[in-house]
Amino acid sequence: MSLHRTRSGMLYAALAVAAVLILFPFVWIALAGFKTQISLLLGEVAFTPTLANFRELLFSSTSDYLVNFRNSLIVATASTAIVLVVSTLAAYSIERMAWPRWTVHGFLLGAAVFNAIPAITLVGAWYMMFRELGLYNSYTAVVLAHATLNLPIGIWLMATFIREVPRELEEAARIDGCGTVELLWRVVVPVVLPGLAATAILVFIHSWNEFVVALNLTAKQTATVPVAIAKYAQEHETKYGEMAAGAVLSTLPALILLFLAQRHIVRGLTAGAVK
Amino acid sequence: MKSRTADRWLTLAPALVLFAAVALVPMAELLAMSVSHIEWLQGKAHWEFVGFDQYARVLSDSLFRAGVVNTLIFAVTAVLVQMVLGFALALMTTRIVRGRTLFRTVFILPILVPGIVIGAIWKLMYNFDFGVLNQMLGAFGLPAIDWLGNASTALLAIIVVDVWHWTPFVFLLLLAGLESLPQDVYEAARVDGATFWQELRYITLPLMLPTIAVTLVFRMIMGVKVFDEIYLLTGGGPGTATEVVSYTIFRRFFTEGQTGYGAAMSVVVLLALVLAFVVARSLTRRREVVA
Repeated sequence: MSLHRTRSGMLYAALAVAAVLILFPFVWIALAGFKTQISLLLGEVAFTPTLANFRELLFSSTSDYLVNFRNSLIVATASTAIVLVVSTLAAYSIERMAWPRWTVHGFLLGAAVFNAIPAITLVGAWYMMFRELGLYNSYTAVVLAHATLNLPIGIWLMATFIREVPRELEEAARIDGCGTVELLWRVVVPVVLPGLAATAILVFIHSWNEFVVALNLTAKQTATVPVAIAKYAQEHETKYGEMAAGAVLSTLPALILLFLAQRHIVRGLTAGAVK
Repeated sequence: MKSRTADRWLTLAPALVLFAAVALVPMAELLAMSVSHIEWLQGKAHWEFVGFDQYARVLSDSLFRAGVVNTLIFAVTAVLVQMVLGFALALMTTRIVRGRTLFRTVFILPILVPGIVIGAIWKLMYNFDFGVLNQMLGAFGLPAIDWLGNASTALLAIIVVDVWHWTPFVFLLLLAGLESLPQDVYEAARVDGATFWQELRYITLPLMLPTIAVTLVFRMIMGVKVFDEIYLLTGGGPGTATEVVSYTIFRRFFTEGQTGYGAAMSVVVLLALVLAFVVARSLTRRREVVA
């Protein structure tokens, strides 16, 4: 008994150490967000907290952070919406519309291969293409790029979820004379709603976090939050305080989603990897 | 039945159109760019056909070579460490009763945070003058280390950041795999008096092999794509110590404006990765490899 207890005590101790190692850097940067530049540069551990960095970031005329935040919201929301609609339709098509097996395999393989390609290899071509179309520095460019990059994951996840929908439900609806659109909207979508939520959250976070595409396809007016944070870190005189404050605020959507919808996040991240 | 065939195409069409317009067309453009010298004059591109010269240059580009080597060292080392740590954490988590959800919540936090923010966090921690790591060294009377500015520690420092960032992802996938294993095998093993290590060696590892393989491929793909942390922390330096292929492409194409040459480099990397992926896939022989 006591042996059992020591062992479980050691397990908890080891996990607690891991938890501290993961949390400490977050705490460190959050603290940095509340330090003055001087206190930061002196590396003070005991300091008087100040909101100056946040005030500077949000309300100063030289800071675009609120615009960046709005841009990120617009880009992430629009690209998530596109991925949800397009991938649900495509996933339904390949799972339930009686395509020959080789087409389905070919399609999924294509999606997997595309997903293995680093975005940076396409960014140059997008830059060229969107400039020619007059879409450089537009939401459209970033939204289309993000939607396309996330399409494979969207299709993969939705296919996994649609596979679990009982065929009897669909057959009953078909007998009642449902068309495909009606069937999708009235029967399939309500059943896969948790799966849609998981996919939406994952794609939203991917788009929110994405950097290299946003860096090269946006300029001042359309820059997203990661681009803004990188700018604070790269300026001639690095503004560590604002960088930290901006970093803290940028994690808000993820934190909110983690507390409200952890189950969906876990499902989205693990579906497809684990049978 | 006839309208079903039409619906079959109509439901797939949006995905095909999006993919064709935003992936295939740019890839074709990339090919065209890669055999051209492109000069920007007053915001307009002037193309001149140069054949395959730029491909030859890519293969002899010393920065590109350094990038390939570093990318491989980085991805292999980081992913192996993550696999071991993630597996150990997942195993431990399955053996506790209380607080499993709490630990899982904490552990998945880094997965959800932008790579740039991860970079910002570690830029503060690694700082030579006031970073917490050097403060700790100082507290023990040890000399400060220029973690990111020293060629012998920079790549290691980046690997540490990646391990911190992505071990949680490996943990999460392996934990889900462990939780879905059939429990009756373990009960039978315990009745037969199997030790922990025997259980691990003869039951857990063989059963987990598919999940481990998928996780490994996921992570290797993501590892090879590394960019954000390099951009923020080292910019490929000092020298070429942390140069990775994504960064070389970015540098040649955007920083130096070598449009055609950057495109040729993109094509080389793209083809190499597609080939590597197809090989890895046929080795792991599973359908479920995507993210």
